[in-house]
Amino acid sequence: MTNKHTLSVLVENKPGVLARVSGLFSRRSFNIDSLAVGETENPDVSRITIVVNADSNPLEQVTKQLNKLVNVLKIVELDPAQSVQRELLLVKVRADRAQRSQVLETVELFRARVIDVAPDTLTIEATGNPDKLDALLRDLEPYGIKEMVQSGLVAIGRGSRSITTGPALRAA
Amino acid sequence: MTRPTPESLAHRATPATVAAAVNTAPATVAPVATTGAGALVRSLEALGVEVVFGIPGGTILPAYDPLFDSKVRHILVRHEQGAGHAATGYAQATGRVGVCIATSGPGATNLVTAIADAYMDSVPIVAITGQVTRAAIGTDAFQEADIQGITLPITKHNFLVQTAEELPRILAEAFHLAATGRPGPVLVDVPKDVQQDQTTFFWPPALDLPGYRPTLHPHGKQIREAARLIAAAKRPVLYVGGGVHKAGATDGLRKLAELTGIPVVTTLMALGAFPDSHPQHLGMPGMHGTVPAVYALQKADLLITLGARFDDRVTGKLDSFAPDAKIVHADIDPAEIGKNRHADVPIVGDARHVIDELIAAVSGSAGGTEHYAAWWATLNDIRERYPLGYDEPTDGTLAPQYVIERIGEIVGPDAIYCAGVGQHQMWASQFIRYEKPGTWLNSGGAGTMGYAVPAAMGAKVAQPGTTVWAIDGDGCFQMTNQELATCALEGIPIKVAVINNGNLGMVRQWQTLFYDGRYSNTELGTHKHRIPDFVKLAEALGCIGLRCESKDDVDKVIKQAMEINDAPVVIDFTVGKDAMVWPMVAAGTSNDEIMFARDVRPAFEEDDL
Repeated sequence: MTNKHTLSVLVENKPGVLARVSGLFSRRSFNIDSLAVGETENPDVSRITIVVNADSNPLEQVTKQLNKLVNVLKIVELDPAQSVQRELLLVKVRADRAQRSQVLETVELFRARVIDVAPDTLTIEATGNPDKLDALLRDLEPYGIKEMVQSGLVAIGRGSRSITTGPALRAA
Repeated sequence: MTRPTPESLAHRATPATVAAAVNTAPATVAPVATTGAGALVRSLEALGVEVVFGIPGGTILPAYDPLFDSKVRHILVRHEQGAGHAATGYAQATGRVGVCIATSGPGATNLVTAIADAYMDSVPIVAITGQVTRAAIGTDAFQEADIQGITLPITKHNFLVQTAEELPRILAEAFHLAATGRPGPVLVDVPKDVQQDQTTFFWPPALDLPGYRPTLHPHGKQIREAARLIAAAKRPVLYVGGGVHKAGATDGLRKLAELTGIPVVTTLMALGAFPDSHPQHLGMPGMHGTVPAVYALQKADLLITLGARFDDRVTGKLDSFAPDAKIVHADIDPAEIGKNRHADVPIVGDARHVIDELIAAVSGSAGGTEHYAAWWATLNDIRERYPLGYDEPTDGTLAPQYVIERIGEIVGPDAIYCAGVGQHQMWASQFIRYEKPGTWLNSGGAGTMGYAVPAAMGAKVAQPGTTVWAIDGDGCFQMTNQELATCALEGIPIKVAVINNGNLGMVRQWQTLFYDGRYSNTELGTHKHRIPDFVKLAEALGCIGLRCESKDDVDKVIKQAMEINDAPVVIDFTVGKDAMVWPMVAAGTSNDEIMFARDVRPAFEEDDL
């Protein structure tokens, strides 16, 4: 198993905050596997989901350094077992008449969707955890992948508790 | 020629205690119509700013107009780096926020070195920069530089002001961030049209910093755990860093040390936090620390680390640093704890609170130095056998260490000493006795050559009644000496001792030791060609220039400089180039490999322990 950790970082929704966060990672020699950012239910707060590959000691250090950023409100590490993790994949697969039904079968199997059709290609949308999307790509590869794009991972804790409430965010 | 004197200048700084974190209590100002520039200057006034160091230019011009009428004193420097270091010197001499101002583009980038320097040494300064108009940002406009982006990694925080309305709040936040928690530089970038816009100024504004909550008070459980380790330790050491000084915790430190009888080492940033004359003081640890201080850390079974950060210059090779020691690490910055060395007892908190609570926690069990009789016997033996010292040069040249030692003795512990970076800095840390906090200013973390003259200028402005000496090298001095013109014109009579060995001395020392004496590009020509002639240069800059070339004249020249109080004085001490800084732990080696002098390893008797 790898040392992947998923951090949910709540930040003030202000210009330049993403640069502060990503700059900190490169400056302190930490690698980001994936990064996704968007507004939360509170428009003053954005949520950055970062996947890092690090041992627990450097991870603690990067968390502390992130916490020092004035615009960072709260950091929570999401345990994969206690959270739902999703990525979005858009992939353009070669699919002429001869191959099309087989490709569609794969799409069905992975509960993906066809979102665009051309005479020689299908464009497929799929969401899921990284393992599922890897498996989908492995199955589609033999047909010929012409282009693909993947979002960063987003994640949310299971159950009714929310990380966006609590004293840390009272003033936000 | 008329030369202003400090007495003749209207805007006098008043001495403040080092402990004072923020400038003064903010006044209340009812809403009044003004421009963004007016709001900027009024905010500085409301924040209690007495003096700012800067240079005007295109995009900061609007702010300079109301500044012209303000009670805030503006000191016109000759280079923005000088403004930055002066703000740093001001802050270090008082504990209050130093302020520097520059225009956009090159004005702002000239501040970068000084900002990085303040960041590394956690000095509270606020840098205000002009920026091109909002519409022009991002177009590569004339004198545009993304100073917010450039200073992202070297500021505690920075701001690009978007509207005139938010300017007072942002300045208040900048001062709050700079001065509280772990102090540091904050930059506020103000587009020209924001300065020109109409707005309503009122004071105080409400701060909006939801993500900023420094932890000041340590956790009681951790304090109890630290007290337990202290009670159990046989060979403890108080490893004291600059944080103790910044927290105004020096009285508490002394109390804690005397109560427990534990030996104290003070890092380069903490000199003066514990009196050099105190019998429990073993001196400075690190690359050029004393043998007893380095030895004590290496042999300790407990380090009580207060506001220090296990810098590589202190630890030497990290994995062999203090191998037998358990670590209590107290710092206001949680990210420092466990960064370089695992902490057995992490304590997040302000050094003053930590020390006060430690005193309370150990007062029942503490036994004074008697309690550690065996440890002290060993340390005293090492201290006796390996005192700081230096050899008289055999070639008849003047020993730089002697010059610095004499300055310290003649001038005394009430003065402020401000060093550049290199051999002279290390000698000034070794051979001047520091008895009080805030009397030793230097560029520790960044190692910024050129720091001394402008920082001394800032310190003298902050403490006009105190004698301020810059101990500089001939290399450093040539980087920022133009600020002597500022000193001469603004009535800031600092004294500069140029320890002139004609070379980039510390680099030359490494070439002697590690590059077979191949002196690649370290000879500066200040001896061989007397270019520049520092006496003539001093005079050209409106200062008194003196020269000293022999041991017999040293005292006389220092006393002569001490008698001149109406102008800056520069002394060219022409010293030998072969003197080296000892002791030394070579970079990347273990502290156990400390050299007392060239080819002389101290003999430690393991049986003592």
